[in-house]
Amino acid sequence: MGNTEKNKNGQAYMTGTRDGIPIALGYFAVAFSLGIAARSIGMTPFQGFLASFLNMASAGEHAAFTSIGHHATYLEIALVTLVANARYLLMSCSLSQKFPERIPFYHRLLSGFGVTDELFGICIARPGWLNPFYLYGAFLISAVAWSSGTALGIMMGNLLPARAVSALGVALYGMFLAVIIPPARKSRVVAGLIVLSFLLSYLFGILPGLSSLSAGNRTIILTLLIAGGAAVLFPVNGEPMEDEENAA
Amino acid sequence: MQRNMYIYILVMAAVSYTIRVLPLTLIRKPIRSRFLRSFLYYVPYVTLAVMTFPAMVQATQNPIAGALALVLGIVLAWLGLGLFGVAASCCIFVFILEWVL
Repeated sequence: MGNTEKNKNGQAYMTGTRDGIPIALGYFAVAFSLGIAARSIGMTPFQGFLASFLNMASAGEHAAFTSIGHHATYLEIALVTLVANARYLLMSCSLSQKFPERIPFYHRLLSGFGVTDELFGICIARPGWLNPFYLYGAFLISAVAWSSGTALGIMMGNLLPARAVSALGVALYGMFLAVIIPPARKSRVVAGLIVLSFLLSYLFGILPGLSSLSAGNRTIILTLLIAGGAAVLFPVNGEPMEDEENAA
Repeated sequence: MQRNMYIYILVMAAVSYTIRVLPLTLIRKPIRSRFLRSFLYYVPYVTLAVMTFPAMVQATQNPIAGALALVLGIVLAWLGLGLFGVAASCCIFVFILEWVL
């Protein structure tokens, strides 16, 4: 690995860390409330830290913690985690196309840890190939915030004022908007899909029967339906990226 | 029956990681199918949009604050403000709104 390449990786790492700050802030707030749930099932701060660091999944962890509270079997915990996190399969498929074919295998193994809704969002927004060091930078800062937030939530319960938690809670969504809105400005199809997604997501939340779906499953079903329909009606042009220049 | 918390955590971690790493490691070549490529191109926008609304409005103590932050976020993102700028603006906006409302 040459010196310029090292610099490029270092730069990507720093950019990732910077873009990871709003994610880390949002994670911290959400993890704090997750910690309160973890405390109620008797987790120690260390166990909460470990569970969050290894899982990095708000809905998945919450669902699993609830089941643990009901003394679920290990198999049940595996199934609950699988269902709540199944959308990451889709994201991982999508992310696989952001890496050049010949990227070292360990980068694929390490990147697997970083497939969360938010980190996936900012990685997809990067132009061209994804430098995995960008993901590592964003992952590390947000993983530390997520895990320590959980541990602190277990230790301190309700110390943070509700208004601060409420305000920090929208950080994640503000970030999602920063990822999806600029492409919508360039493409009417993307803009239309976002409006349709908002609408159907709202309807799925209130319609009888459909509203009993978990948030994770709603996301999977709507993604398959809307993105699948759009792929049939508005196929995108262009060949897969062949240029290796931006690769790590 | 009392079960071990560390085994619970290990089971969760193993399942989460497997879901995330399998496609990344199994799909190593560029996908040629135009349908699949189009589908995967649209996935992130749809997924993130579905997760943003109505969840953002429900995330705040006062739904009106969440709704207004959503509008502000869309406008600022449209104007080209970056990730951190949009996220921080939404947070500060909600903090002030819930003070006032």
